Amino acid sequence: MNLTLSIGRISALLLRYVYLLRSSWPRIIEIAYWPTMQMIIWGFVSQYFSASSPELTTGGILISVVLVWDSLFRSHISYTLSFLEELWSRNLGNLFVSPLRPIELIVSLASISMMRTLIGMVPAALLAIPFFGVSVFEIGFPLLAFFFNLVFTGWAISQFVTGILIRYGLGAESLTWVLPFLIAPFSCIYYPLDTLPEWMRTVAEVIPTSYVFEGMRSLLLDGVWRADLLLTAFLLNLLYFFMGVGFFFWAFNSARKQGILLQSGE
Amino acid sequence: MTIVLRTQNLTKRFADILAVDGLSMQLEEGSITALLGGNGAGKTTTLSMLLGLLKPTSGKIELFGHDFIANRFSVLSRMNFSSPYVDLPQRLTVRENLSVYARLYGVKNIGSRISEVVQEFRLEAFVDRRLRKLSSGQKTRVSLAKAMINRPEFLLLDEPTASLDPDTTSWIRELLDAYRKESGATILFASHDMREVELLCDEVILLRQGKLVEHGSPESLLEKYDHKTLEEVFLQVSRSELKE
Repeated sequence: MNLTLSIGRISALLLRYVYLLRSSWPRIIEIAYWPTMQMIIWGFVSQYFSASSPELTTGGILISVVLVWDSLFRSHISYTLSFLEELWSRNLGNLFVSPLRPIELIVSLASISMMRTLIGMVPAALLAIPFFGVSVFEIGFPLLAFFFNLVFTGWAISQFVTGILIRYGLGAESLTWVLPFLIAPFSCIYYPLDTLPEWMRTVAEVIPTSYVFEGMRSLLLDGVWRADLLLTAFLLNLLYFFMGVGFFFWAFNSARKQGILLQSGE
Repeated sequence: MTIVLRTQNLTKRFADILAVDGLSMQLEEGSITALLGGNGAGKTTTLSMLLGLLKPTSGKIELFGHDFIANRFSVLSRMNFSSPYVDLPQRLTVRENLSVYARLYGVKNIGSRISEVVQEFRLEAFVDRRLRKLSSGQKTRVSLAKAMINRPEFLLLDEPTASLDPDTTSWIRELLDAYRKESGATILFASHDMREVELLCDEVILLRQGKLVEHGSPESLLEKYDHKTLEEVFLQVSRSELKE
């Protein structure tokens, strides 16, 4: 595994994704469309609950967790869709005969993923202020910690999905959409951890997102900033991300042995 | 004469299929060599191994004096490749594609280099058009322009003139020959067009069932088999396979 990086090659690939993005205005609108729709729907749900069960909506928690959870989904989808573009356009062969190293591909995909996630999330978060009087920005620094942790989880999942895609091809494309939701029930996005049955709680303990949402609830409902929860989430994310990178490298080498890189595409 | 590429006992096995069987060859600097063979002879597998897209089962590849299998990244910026089986991003314009690949290969003075290849490959009329709007012949020219963007010292081409009309094929051939003469680059290409091979190549490597069965200049092969065209040589060697 060679981990030497070239800023020139990373920015070249980043430029390729920016060109792609700007080539289609519906794509740019779509990036912001889904988070905004989520925010609007959950905003009204929140308003409805605020009358009957105000404890469920204190501090705009429902809208805040929806937006923060969406940052995981957006970061993963943005990362994986950019990679899928290479498969759909049968461009992997050209990329991998260039001096581009797999680690540079990972950094480029993570960079464009961050860019696309911010394009998607910032307008939704801003619109929540006039629509429902909820500003996630009031959370301040902890918001960044929640956000980056979930983006990081999204990238960790993406490593496994892109590894599977490079090894098994477009037949595994549906995993892109399915895999993030596998951890959703254990993430305790809308309910506290102790709602889960014992066995699910045990699983949730090794899922980084459960610590993020417990941390958010603690901050927004009780006003207590739990840095320990965020640190645990970060360490778990680090572990899964590097496991994911290892898996991607294994899949890449396996694809090189099988001669799949030249044949990739529809 | 400097040897640019040397392979020793290069072998690739897929389960029970031996795609390339102990291929040993060498290419001299500034030579143009054609890799010939029928379908399934191992041409694309060989090219893929020489590009680092496919890991050999065994054997050695030495490129510019480096162990290519152990560290391909040290020489990949000195090579390039074009194949009708690999596309460039269709939603990007020709200029955007060339710009991305120029940066990936670390080309200096990107703007002027793009202008040069655009002119050489006559892409001016559609340089700002998206690739998906181009004809297959135009796409082949763009792919060749991408392959030349870094002024490669070693150029690998898989059927370089596929989908080109005879006139375009002729000037592309002249362009490749001129590039070789001007830069001293080494060119290896797989082709089914025997006329092209006769006109362009110094050396021919003939593969059959993954093995090198003939190697020499087009003239020496014509003399050895007592034929007037390489196509006749190719047919004789291919049919002898059926009799074996």
